[in-house]
Amino acid sequence: MAEKIGRVPVREQDPKVRAHNFEEVCYGYNQEEALLEASRCLNCRTPRCVQHCPVGIHIPEFIAQVKAGAFAEAAAVIARDSSLPAVCGRVCPQETQCEGSCILGVKGEPVAIGKLERFVADWSRENGGVPVEKAPSKGIKVAVVGSGPSGLACASDLAKLGYDVTIFEVLHKAGGVLQYGIPEFRLPKERVVEPEIDSVRALGVQIETNVVIGRTLTVDDLLDREGFKAVFVGSGAGLPRFMGIPGESLNGVFSANEFLTRSNLMKAYDPSSDTPIFVGKRVAVVGGGNVAMDAARTALRLGSDVTIVYRRTEKELPARAEEVHHAREEGIDFKMLTNPVEILGDENGWVRALRCIQMELGEPDASGRRSPVPVEGSEFEIPVDEVIMALGTSPNPLISSTTKGLETERHGSIVADEAGATSRPGVFAGGDAVTGAATVILAMGAGRRAAAAIDAYLRK
Amino acid sequence: MNMYKITRKNNLTPTICLMDVEAPRIAAAAMPGQFLIVRARPEGERVPLTICDYDRAKGTVTIVTQLIGASSRLICALEEGECFTDVVGPLGVPSDFVEMPDDALKGRRYLFVAGGLGTAPVYPQAKYLHERGAKVDVIVGAKTADLLILRQEMASVCDHLYVCTDDGSEGHHGLVTEQIKLLLEAGETYDQAVAIGPMIMMKFVTLTLKDSGIPLTVSLNTLMVDGTGMCGCCRITVGGKVRFACVEGPEFNAYEVDFDEALRRQTMYRPQEQEADHQCKIGRG
Ligand SMILES: Cc1cc2nc3c(=O)[nH]c(=O)nc-3n(C[C@H](O)[C@H](O)[C@H](O)COP(=O)(O)OP(=O)(O)OC[C@H]3O[C@@H](n4cnc5c(N)ncnc54)[C@H](O)[C@@H]3O)c2cc1C
Ligand SMILES: Cc1cc2nc3c(=O)[nH]c(=O)nc-3n(C[C@H](O)[C@H](O)[C@H](O)COP(=O)(O)OP(=O)(O)OC[C@H]3O[C@@H](n4cnc5c(N)ncnc54)[C@H](O)[C@@H]3O)c2cc1C
Ligand code: SF4
Ligand code: SF4
Ligand code: FES
Repeated sequence: MAEKIGRVPVREQDPKVRAHNFEEVCYGYNQEEALLEASRCLNCRTPRCVQHCPVGIHIPEFIAQVKAGAFAEAAAVIARDSSLPAVCGRVCPQETQCEGSCILGVKGEPVAIGKLERFVADWSRENGGVPVEKAPSKGIKVAVVGSGPSGLACASDLAKLGYDVTIFEVLHKAGGVLQYGIPEFRLPKERVVEPEIDSVRALGVQIETNVVIGRTLTVDDLLDREGFKAVFVGSGAGLPRFMGIPGESLNGVFSANEFLTRSNLMKAYDPSSDTPIFVGKRVAVVGGGNVAMDAARTALRLGSDVTIVYRRTEKELPARAEEVHHAREEGIDFKMLTNPVEILGDENGWVRALRCIQMELGEPDASGRRSPVPVEGSEFEIPVDEVIMALGTSPNPLISSTTKGLETERHGSIVADEAGATSRPGVFAGGDAVTGAATVILAMGAGRRAAAAIDAYLRK
Repeated sequence: MNMYKITRKNNLTPTICLMDVEAPRIAAAAMPGQFLIVRARPEGERVPLTICDYDRAKGTVTIVTQLIGASSRLICALEEGECFTDVVGPLGVPSDFVEMPDDALKGRRYLFVAGGLGTAPVYPQAKYLHERGAKVDVIVGAKTADLLILRQEMASVCDHLYVCTDDGSEGHHGLVTEQIKLLLEAGETYDQAVAIGPMIMMKFVTLTLKDSGIPLTVSLNTLMVDGTGMCGCCRITVGGKVRFACVEGPEFNAYEVDFDEALRRQTMYRPQEQEADHQCKIGRG
């Protein structure tokens, strides 16, 4: 019987080998493995998995197609709800979303929905992709600011509806965090990200890199002078945060964004690239999210000894479970319930140690959560020559401060409703620019809802 | 459509070159005080350079690059008719005076202090103010007369041009800070001073003017990667707060800048950069 087989394990690069290269860690399923794993799905009548996928992918339906060996049909089912399945299959926090509520997970292991989605998307890409229907051109121009998941998803839906869409991207490469943030070993650029972007271009979307909206052109210019009838702002999460502790300006202290941008966007790990990157002997990465794991594992691959410092416990680590598991396998040291209080420098102003305090879980607060509190007198030093801060972001004011009538929250995020409408008619927004740092799938979903809202707005 | 063609190249000295680059949108939007970022080739670093002039009609911007390392060497090696891989801008906040009404600028007294290559970024500011009737004095410092750039251009947009050379080969024999003292001792007064040049020069100009009561602005050439506020590489401490030079600067109130920290942070990648003409960028540690 189907339930009897355990979850089909996925093949991965040996941790000892992959700790020294940037190739993808996970090989994914082959056909045989995918068929076997698909056979585990019970095809539930009221599938709990679907309710917990933020974009409501028809999971049992696509898995049934996989089971039948009809991979192209499976891809078509996914394409109804997601425009980036090869990405989401790799980077969604499945354990808290679709797989986290799969019925098989109650007693055993959930269906590997993410791995199956990835298999289908990769198969589809290698076999010509899902044919798309595109409405005839309406001759109406819509601008999209930012080429991250929200912008790409919004642009492709609008293009399918027949709008003439131009994406403006400030960096020299399209893709947003998919390009500059998430590392090659988790999300291959040439093999996965670039084909996704090419398929958006294939719909007729123009991508203009090297344009800063707010400076090269403003949102008002787009609407008043450049003939765009609506604008979608998907400009991402913004400025990296620091802790505000002494020593953060020492040489050898970096934001994870700088470190990862040098490595991913600028390819500093590749000797043919001109951009330098700093490689410490011993590195402390502060934080516990995906960004922290990515920075830590990148530093490891460049040759550093890496410790992750996190002020809560293992249970609260916000990173994907798979990344934490992979990081441990690769030999990254985790110091939980540890909070930095100061970065110490040598006489030349370079980092020499991270001074931390031990934390313990305090009394439950009103929400029932036990917050960490410092243990008095427990300070200790970790000798390191590099510190990477992965503490989240705060909104970039570039667009909000240069766009008339665009309302922001007190801390600076753009205010937008469920459908993406902002306080300014014709201007829509979504993704991290609205929610603060979140996930690829949520950003993509926001982009797609905004595309529908823009269409409704322009039909009025 | 993005071509970024070099329409004119002029070697000002053996190590400093001036280029006009096709970038119509940047030319249309640029203001004094702003910069752009170029990449000379597909593997290239993102290099920030000041917008030294712009011709909105021709759709070109002027940049002046000094050869100091691997990436500036690649830029200076590009010839007329060749193209940059990428040019993005204008970045940064325009100079304060751009916000002031023209009649408020009329007769206002400005002192500019330009060190070495700093002449290039000072030029568009002096020009903007001069055109609006401000009184502009400029002190230019260089190691030797051979390294003085944009002499005629600068002379044509200011009331007085004071030249200083370290070796006395032209103008005042000595540092720009000495020339500042001479002007102040002679009773000159200014409503605003602006210093642009090597970080160390800006530090000493700041110390020199500290007690003069003259407001002083400096333009900080920190290290940068994206130039959009995303990476934090350009951070500096101003008035005790961490600020991002690429989105909140590059111009700041000089008296609040922590120059020693800024000087130190500039050396962050020095070991890697010194080897950058060859393979090993992944240095130290
Ligand atoms: C290191 C890292 C790892 C992550 N790992 C995961 C993960 O495993 N799983 C997951 O689901 N999520 C992950 N995330 C989060 C996820 O990547 C983001 O939530 C998602 O990319 C947000 O998409 P977006 O379209 O809103 O913005 P972004 O992807 O940030 O894209 C915004 C784009 O807009 C451009 N832009 C900004 N301002 C302007 C302007 N003024 N003019 C023109 N263009 C502009 C930017 O350059 C950028 O390309 C990770 C994030 C990081 C940083
Ligand atoms: C806002 C801004 C405007 C600028 N405008 C101009 C300009 O108009 N013309 C111009 O030639 N340069 C300008 N610069 C500086 C220019 O970006 C750097 O000189 C360039 O990045 C050096 O690259 P490189 O690879 O050739 O040298 P590198 O190999 O990177 O560096 C060689 C040496 O110079 C030091 N160095 C590196 N970057 C800087 C820097 N930013 N400032 C001072 N020293 C540095 C290094 O520590 C090293 O010792 C500007 C910088 C900023 C931030
Ligand atoms: S998009 Fe994400 S949450 Fe939805 S099914 Fe795929 S992996 Fe699961
Ligand atoms: S909950 Fe699990 S078993 Fe049920 S349909 Fe979804 S994936 Fe299949
Ligand atoms: S250069 Fe990256 S934030 Fe300023």
